[in-house]
Amino acid sequence: MNNKVNRFVPEGYRPFVSSSDYQNKERKLIKEKKQNNKIVFLKDIKEVFDYLNIQSGQTISFHHHLRNGDYVQNMVSQEVLRRDLKDLHYAPSAIFPSNAILADLIKNGNVTNVDTNYLNGPVSDVIGEGYLKGMLVMNTHGGRPRKIESGELPIDVAFIATPTVDKNGNGYGGIGKAACGSLGYAISDLMYAKKVVLVTDNLVDSLDRIELDKKYVDVVLVVDSIGDPKGIVSGTTKITKDPIGLKIANMTAKLLDEIGLIKDGMSMQTGAGGTSLAVASYVKNIMLEKGIKGSFASGGITGYFVDMQKKGLFDELRDVQCFDIDAVESYNNNPHHIGMSASKYANPYDDPVVDYLDVVILGATEIDKDFNVNVTTDSYGKIIGGSGGHSDTAHGAKVSIITTNLIKSRMPIIKDHVTTVTTPGEDIDILVCERGIAINPKRKDLLEKLKNSKLPIKTIDELYELAHSITGEPKKLNLSKEVIGVVEYRDGTVIDSLYRK
Amino acid sequence: MSDIQKIGSAGSVESNDCLVTISASDHLEVEIQSIVDAFFHDQIEKVVLDTLKEKGLNNVKVSLQDKGALDYTIKARLLTAIERMEAK
Repeated sequence: MNNKVNRFVPEGYRPFVSSSDYQNKERKLIKEKKQNNKIVFLKDIKEVFDYLNIQSGQTISFHHHLRNGDYVQNMVSQEVLRRDLKDLHYAPSAIFPSNAILADLIKNGNVTNVDTNYLNGPVSDVIGEGYLKGMLVMNTHGGRPRKIESGELPIDVAFIATPTVDKNGNGYGGIGKAACGSLGYAISDLMYAKKVVLVTDNLVDSLDRIELDKKYVDVVLVVDSIGDPKGIVSGTTKITKDPIGLKIANMTAKLLDEIGLIKDGMSMQTGAGGTSLAVASYVKNIMLEKGIKGSFASGGITGYFVDMQKKGLFDELRDVQCFDIDAVESYNNNPHHIGMSASKYANPYDDPVVDYLDVVILGATEIDKDFNVNVTTDSYGKIIGGSGGHSDTAHGAKVSIITTNLIKSRMPIIKDHVTTVTTPGEDIDILVCERGIAINPKRKDLLEKLKNSKLPIKTIDELYELAHSITGEPKKLNLSKEVIGVVEYRDGTVIDSLYRK
Repeated sequence: MSDIQKIGSAGSVESNDCLVTISASDHLEVEIQSIVDAFFHDQIEKVVLDTLKEKGLNNVKVSLQDKGALDYTIKARLLTAIERMEAK
């Protein structure tokens, strides 16, 4: 069966209908986990497996706040290997190159199903080669909490890496050897997993601030180290120096100004990439020039937005994940830098922050003439990322903008059809690239506002032709049709399938 | 110096560029390694062969390491490599 964006949906999965179809359904909530106040403190992962009687076939979850420096998922995976548990379902919010050991677990049949929001590195390679016996399900940052709270993704044990835990069993991410700031992606796991283990390397007497409430906790595992700080946060996230990136960013800021989005009370989100930050920097200049004060910036927060908030350009920062050291420091000390759960960030049924965004700046690996965007696979079908909050913010924000080079290493970014649909074209309003700006024809309001603009407004077909006239026509590949997974839209429907290499 | 030792190269392995090496040979041989090989192999080969033809070169070995260079870049790198080879 094909869905409404004309992509194959395997049997047993619900086909994607439209980005607003969730409104036709009721929110489903299972009961929060049983709250008992008996918390045990253990020192060895083996004891945790024994104490909780972790068995083959169970579902185990993790968060990715320690990113490429995370030791916790690997520690659990080592123990799974040692015990040779089989048929586990892993549900980490993301999988990074440092989680390479999971590739062995998949090859051995220890892990046979995976749910995640973002995936790259060796684990992506083995799944792409067809080693995962069950299915890979790629969720969104808002879809994952929806799936957990509705009982569609029941979790037996959540292992929550926690930079600091107090002796009562409460957790906080802003301080400790492995401080990572907001623990937003772990909140649904905390509230709904059958058993919850906080894993920490910093046990203190008491905490001033608490993100993880002890009432949900069963076990605190105290270890030497939960992660490598160098892999957790980057030193500083920097604005691009690439002249093409700067040109795109400058055009984007001018465009936002012409549409009238740079005004008092504005809210925005960008990614942490160099071009995204350059957009923020040009927007900042316009805000300073015109004396504009925005309401909030959200997302993964970088030092750049911390600085803008300090300068009074935004009232608040709403933060699900801190991207760099400055953001962690601000999260810990600045009362206007507020944490949020992934559910509050992006769950369609939780009146999420994304719904209050005026503008979001997003990237794309590919975009097609229908404005569908791919950030999940490359043009060979290899999994190189995932939605994260892409489709959540694109739907929520009043205006969603894709910024990308028109051509990357000879590959034209605009396709007839993207290799994989991550975000449906109905939610993408504008494409900005160095050769011009394309407005989604369904946004007649934007076209009207820009009809006298001096900006290089073109149709997406014109940009497509231009790119292809420069690069030549890329050969069509015959990709495999063997399904290894699905891309789940935020409402739980399947927007596309993933195929073996 | 015999023909067989004549060699010239130009370009780099930076993104959007290519590194071309050309040497005299007793037959025509073109070796392409490209990050976009699956999509553009035939076009890259055509630029190389057309350029060699323009210069009347039949007995050469060309190796091209491509990082997504456009046709005019490939041609410019190859022409420079040819000049460098012939200067030897």
